[in-house]
Amino acid sequence: MAKILTRGILYLFLIAVAATCLLPFYSMIITSTHANSDIARRLLLIPGDQFLDNYARLKDTVNIWRGFGNTVLITVTSTIINVYFAALAGYGFSKYNFKYKNVLFLFVLGTMMIPGQLGIIGFFKLMDSLNMLNTYWPLILPSIHNAFGIFLMRQFADSSVPTEIIESGRMDGYGEWQIFNRIVLPIMSPGLATLGIFAFIGKWNDFLTPMIVLFDNNLQTLPVMIASLKSQFTSDFGAQYVGIVIAVVPILVFFSFMSKRIIDGVAAGAVKG
Amino acid sequence: MGSKVNRSFYGYIFVAPFFIGFAVFGLMPILYTLYLSFMKWDGFSDPVYVGLANYSRLLHDSFFYQTIGNTLIIWILSNVPQLILSVLLALVLNERFIRGKHFFRAVYFFPHIITPVTLGVIFSLMFDWQTGTINKLLMSLGIIHDPVNWFNSPWWSRIIASGVICWQYFGFNMIVFIAGLQGIPREVYEAAEVDGASKKQTALHITLPLLRPVFLFVFITSVIGGLQLFDAPLMLGDGPGNSSRTMVMYLYETAFKNFDYSYGAAVAYGIFFVVMFFTAITAKASKLKD
Repeated sequence: MAKILTRGILYLFLIAVAATCLLPFYSMIITSTHANSDIARRLLLIPGDQFLDNYARLKDTVNIWRGFGNTVLITVTSTIINVYFAALAGYGFSKYNFKYKNVLFLFVLGTMMIPGQLGIIGFFKLMDSLNMLNTYWPLILPSIHNAFGIFLMRQFADSSVPTEIIESGRMDGYGEWQIFNRIVLPIMSPGLATLGIFAFIGKWNDFLTPMIVLFDNNLQTLPVMIASLKSQFTSDFGAQYVGIVIAVVPILVFFSFMSKRIIDGVAAGAVKG
Repeated sequence: MGSKVNRSFYGYIFVAPFFIGFAVFGLMPILYTLYLSFMKWDGFSDPVYVGLANYSRLLHDSFFYQTIGNTLIIWILSNVPQLILSVLLALVLNERFIRGKHFFRAVYFFPHIITPVTLGVIFSLMFDWQTGTINKLLMSLGIIHDPVNWFNSPWWSRIIASGVICWQYFGFNMIVFIAGLQGIPREVYEAAEVDGASKKQTALHITLPLLRPVFLFVFITSVIGGLQLFDAPLMLGDGPGNSSRTMVMYLYETAFKNFDYSYGAAVAYGIFFVVMFFTAITAKASKLKD
């Protein structure tokens, strides 16, 4: 009897926490379907029919799908660069012997300790002098240096890329680049997928850098557009809620398909870290 | 043979992009920021060397000290409940009899992958005093009669900012703790059971001590991340009397809103110093316990 009671309490606790996680999103979706007058007046629990009106007002002022497309473009390009160069360096550290290798690897790990915003002003000024402000280069090119990715990929290459297969590639007359591109990359693909998910989420959520380096509204990313909703629609709450729905629902769909993979990736990354 | 030299050459080639990328996009900006912190520069005219003037201004800047205090308060208010919640949930979800483990883990993790800016906007809308769902809900339940103006109160502003952070990270840390729990060999628990240890004794004297490395990982990452809070708090605003303005928000406002780049550079190094200081304390405190 006591056992059933404890279990009941534990389940109640789990369900209560789950409800706190989901209710804000439920409330946000419901509210986006109501007119401003209703949003201001009462508690909304069931869907209304004003979603398209709210959406039309949002679209008149903010080109939100353009922002969505820009973010996809930046995120996909950065993720590919990030994963490729992290795998390349991780493989280099794992399978080659060269002088100062361990010192260099410690240096890579050390760069992870630097707080992200330390150099932001110098970064802005540097991009200005390279004429890269208001372009996507400052958002994409820094993906070349991802210390955490190198760390993860080195571990992965250590454990799952057999040295014999590299040797046999050399016997077959492949060059070192060919060996990496044609033999090693395919073997490392499960690791690349894990790192790719991290890189994708991180870049998708990037906010400070696009906000300071992009001036043109048509180039701007989704998070910066979401951040500006409040000042652009001061009292039009319906339109603001629709903007948030557009930002959240694709992630919800993506996550419902990928949740197992993402969570396993986080667990694996944490154990290694 | 020559091929050996050749191969170590490729080793350098493969790791070189990281170092070039870091030099250009990581190190140079950091050094340039350091240079700017000794200048007076508004972004238009030429920088003028002013020595340590920016740093002595920083040492007397009560706004900066206030943001350190705010950041620490928000850090504590968000991390203490967050750690307790994530450890509890990890322990519960690690029990064999619980069903729907994957569902619960996924739901708890979900807030973590939402863009922090979006979370900030959601919460600022939910707690809006005239139209927000929270006031409407509390009023329909009869808990309050008049709407509460949350963001007009320094402590509510901080608590809401902390709530967002807590809500965003507990699922992530729970996953990390579960991974740690699954790394504990089953024989340890079997031995405890043979010795007649109760569930509570097992949790307190075996599970938690064995989780220490995981705690250390979570703690250090939460110190480094938690002291650099920016995205979500920015959406919630500075609060009355700047009571919920964090250190990085101050950096952003100084440099990119007031265009005082050189003083902003000194603020950036001030933040770096504060973060290093608290990271060192955390690392030291966890070693002292040995």
